[in-house]
Amino acid sequence: MPDHLSALQLILAGDPALFAIVRLSLGVSLAAVALAAAIGMPIGALLALTRFPGRPALVVLLNAMMGLPPVVVGLALYLLLSRSGPLGAFGILFTPAAMVVAQTVLILPIIAALTRQTIEDLWAEYRDELNAMNVGPIGRMTTLLWDARFSLLTALLAGFGRAAAEVGAVMIVGGNIDGFTRTMTTTVALETSKGNLPLAMGLGAILIVLVLAINAAAWGTRVWSQRLTG
Amino acid sequence: MRAPVTDLPLVLDGVALQAGATILLNDISLTIAPGVPTLIVGPNGSGKTSLLRLCMGLSAPTGGRITWGGRTDPAPTRRAFVFQRPVMLRRAASANVTYALAQAGMPRSQRPSRAAALLQRVGLADLAHRPARLLSGGEQQRLALARALARDPEILLLDEPTANLDPAATRAVEEIVMSAAQSGIKIVMASHDLGQVRRLAGEVIFLARGTLCERAATNDFLDRPSTQEARAFLRGDLVV
Repeated sequence: MPDHLSALQLILAGDPALFAIVRLSLGVSLAAVALAAAIGMPIGALLALTRFPGRPALVVLLNAMMGLPPVVVGLALYLLLSRSGPLGAFGILFTPAAMVVAQTVLILPIIAALTRQTIEDLWAEYRDELNAMNVGPIGRMTTLLWDARFSLLTALLAGFGRAAAEVGAVMIVGGNIDGFTRTMTTTVALETSKGNLPLAMGLGAILIVLVLAINAAAWGTRVWSQRLTG
Repeated sequence: MRAPVTDLPLVLDGVALQAGATILLNDISLTIAPGVPTLIVGPNGSGKTSLLRLCMGLSAPTGGRITWGGRTDPAPTRRAFVFQRPVMLRRAASANVTYALAQAGMPRSQRPSRAAALLQRVGLADLAHRPARLLSGGEQQRLALARALARDPEILLLDEPTANLDPAATRAVEEIVMSAAQSGIKIVMASHDLGQVRRLAGEVIFLARGTLCERAATNDFLDRPSTQEARAFLRGDLVV
């Protein structure tokens, strides 16, 4: 991608390198959201529905981890995934897979904590009815997750927003390798430090438009489906 | 689906319920066996809801003992509950009923036809696919009845199910309750509406301030109440 062209010109020209970057960014973040949802939602629901010693501390910890600094997550995973690290045998450092893992770790607490809050509120509403229907622990969890599905969409969006916007974690474990692990955010950081401000700003604008579009689509889904289900 | 276990008779033996320093129910002993509809009557705050929740096993007594068919396990098997303000699951009306059927252990293949029959029974067949939470208050209460009947109960507990309904909706609910009673389901229902007591009750349990004051056949209770509190309540005095 030649530096002297503006981002707008690149978009209008359908620059393949630019689209590869956008595609990778979206792919990595969406995969991380899917993974974090698959793990974080059951954890959040479980935490909402169980009572055990130390639970309040765990809730506080989970809420606090919503603000995990991306560079710290990146550094920790770098140490784990590097050749001499405990998970070095997988050989995924500086690949998109490592970036997905890093973003999953980053947004797992967000999705789990927001799920816990949502499920706990809904449980307060449903408790008597479900108890009167003799619904067991697994049934409670699946019922509440399903009935909270539109509220949980917000948790997913929060996770996606965080994943798509962060730069520290993907930079460290991905390595910002041109054409392989370069994402929108790492490109913006790189181009800015190179002084190529028009390109950086153009990419930043694309990023914001994409996040806006995904949020608008999710909002539309939520309004539409709430009209259908009450 | 018909389990060999039974929830009747439901026996309360010296049951008390306390919340902090407040005594909600005091030394209640009664046996509920199959028979005519029982209405639990009393002013607001007399403990009707607390008593029903204990009977359902939704809360545990702080004193005394409750048994269902001789068992102390509070998990509801052959009993069902209709709340004053039922909570509808965020799905279609029919899905609310099939959900209850699934929880009651009915095989998947039999659920749709049974759900359709139950919706027919409560007059909601036309609204089967409507989201349950968009139904009117009266329709939601009838759907709650369908959900309760889906459990194939021996005993149906209802906590002032018509308290928030207009006369037409109240009549619809009362008709379903009466037909359930005629089909052999033991009805235990809280009410503070004496007209409703006249229409539905076979016998009355009168509560005041958490104490069981009287248990009598409906006509005896209405014509010859034996306690001061019941006389005052029937006169329309404010019993507190």
